[in-house]
Amino acid sequence: MDFQLSEEHRMVQNMVREFTQKEVIPVIKEWDRKQEMAPFILPRMAELGILGINIPVRYGGQGFDYISLGLVSEELEVADTTLRVVMSVHMGLNSMALLQWGTEEQKQKFLVPQAKGEKYACFGLTEPGAGSDVAGMKGTAKRMGDEYVLNGEKMWISLASKAHHALVVMRTNPDAADPHEGLTAFILELDRKGAKTGDIHGKMGVRAGSTGWISMQDVHIPVENRLGEEGEGFKIAMSCLDNGRYTVAAGATGLIRASLEASIKYSHDRKAFSREIGQFQLIQQKIAYMVQSYEAARLLYLRAGWMKNQGVRNTRETSLAKWFATDASFEAASEAIQVHGAYGYSDEYDVERYLRNSKGAVIYEGTSEIHQLMQAGYALGYREDAKLRCELPAYDAEYWQK
Amino acid sequence: MKIAVFVKQVPDSAAKMTVADGKPNWGDAPLVINPWDEYAVEAALQLAEKHGGEVTAVTVGGEGAKEALKHALAMGCSQAVLISDPALSAPDSSAIAHVLAAAVKKLDGVDLAIFGKQAIDSDTGITAAMTARILGWPALTLVAAIQQLDPAAKTVRVERGIEEGRQIVDGKLPAVFSIAKDFGEPRYPSFMGIRKASKAEIPIWALADLGIAAPQSKVSWPEISAPPQREVSNEMITGGSADEIAAKLADKLIAEGVL
Repeated sequence: MDFQLSEEHRMVQNMVREFTQKEVIPVIKEWDRKQEMAPFILPRMAELGILGINIPVRYGGQGFDYISLGLVSEELEVADTTLRVVMSVHMGLNSMALLQWGTEEQKQKFLVPQAKGEKYACFGLTEPGAGSDVAGMKGTAKRMGDEYVLNGEKMWISLASKAHHALVVMRTNPDAADPHEGLTAFILELDRKGAKTGDIHGKMGVRAGSTGWISMQDVHIPVENRLGEEGEGFKIAMSCLDNGRYTVAAGATGLIRASLEASIKYSHDRKAFSREIGQFQLIQQKIAYMVQSYEAARLLYLRAGWMKNQGVRNTRETSLAKWFATDASFEAASEAIQVHGAYGYSDEYDVERYLRNSKGAVIYEGTSEIHQLMQAGYALGYREDAKLRCELPAYDAEYWQK
Repeated sequence: MKIAVFVKQVPDSAAKMTVADGKPNWGDAPLVINPWDEYAVEAALQLAEKHGGEVTAVTVGGEGAKEALKHALAMGCSQAVLISDPALSAPDSSAIAHVLAAAVKKLDGVDLAIFGKQAIDSDTGITAAMTARILGWPALTLVAAIQQLDPAAKTVRVERGIEEGRQIVDGKLPAVFSIAKDFGEPRYPSFMGIRKASKAEIPIWALADLGIAAPQSKVSWPEISAPPQREVSNEMITGGSADEIAAKLADKLIAEGVL
């Protein structure tokens, strides 16, 4: 067993850290207040290759492994959750699905420009009336000759108004005995006639990011845009979540680290009763818990990343990492505010933003409640993972780097 | 064009430095490439991109100093050389300059030897000039911009950033440069560069490879001490009017010898 990151991993980490420290952290508070995504974020992440980090070079990516994706997600969320969200949707939920399920033509057409950062990608599963109840979705796709016609609405879609491509899951067979089997996945170019997108404002957190909706009214797309087979949509969506949740877990780990680092600094700086507050045991307890959850969350996501590298199914492990890290990040951010006292309650310090940003991830990509059901299901033997027609390919350095 | 860029491995500027028994200690903080040298690497890469040619990064130190070279490789340098020799235990700037001048000769055909303006640990800022002196090349120090460079005519015109403003200096190649911050923000390592750097085999040259004996250091640091802690006290000056407060303040400043 080897717990050491490779030199390559450490250099990737440092590079992304340098980027966020120089370019993002100094301005992020301003964009959070404006409730807008800074216009430079996506082009800059594209230019630096971050948007294609773990896609093989042959498909326009940088050819790094899945652990690198986790490390990048952690670093990005230390700066701001909205940057990690970009990796969750563009990479985890969309580009990796193309890598896993796409035909060679689809990879060339959609994955290559996404990995190069020329096109941005998002993922549309949730609807105004269907969240955890995925199979309750109403949006439909009807086959008409060589086309499908899409109608419906997707809600709470990160990057909806910024992305060029969306992976959407729609109902193709309303009569399927099991509603899960009536769903199909598609790649939708968002500039097609009848497709509209917009942003949602007034969110508690991730205010410097883009969260929105996609509306589809008689949108015609060619059959070639169907990802996988008809009726495979639910399985594809769940496999997307295995990858999206991985980035969320790694990101939430970064948020714990940010809360911890801010709390350590403040504990040294702030004095009460003539000593620095770090000297007080109840402050120490908070710091100790943050250290504990940071290290545990980190090990959990790195294990999931290692399993992805090996090509081993990791639905259970990824769910566990996501559940633990997001809950722990909410707790850590809340305690960081407590350490900062009244100052933590004001946006003069970053910790109130950490708390607001942490809450979303406890809800999306499987609420904490869903993850508890999953974990109990595995433990009790009620749940097991059936083999997929297309598994996420194991990381093969030779193949990836050419 | 052949470009050599010289980098140094130094403690991270964010590291907390303490002094014990006359020796500095920065705990387990990582060593990083000297931040000023990143500007030098940036300049070297820009010149190579513009005029063609390759950039070799060179450092002197132990195995750990390879990190600085890997950073330079990841930024885009084509190759790197580590100069390491047990005889170089506590070299001063002059000894390093002798070693680097010998390295420039061994690299053969170097047109531009580029340095950062100083290292953040020893802060002498003279290695570039000393190396130029030993090579007999022009020393173009504190370069903020390169206005013209003609590899065929072997001429260069630079802007030096000096206290009074910018000084335009013409020089002949080959030349030694030290690069100031005004040159422009250094690029980050690229992912492709990182991969190349992590796989790179970095050759190690000993003094024998350079064909020189261990140069004598003329300066040594027998002891290092932390600056004394400053005693600071606060006093609130009050009074009935601004004039009264100002008068009290002026009296105090005069009494303290500040004015």
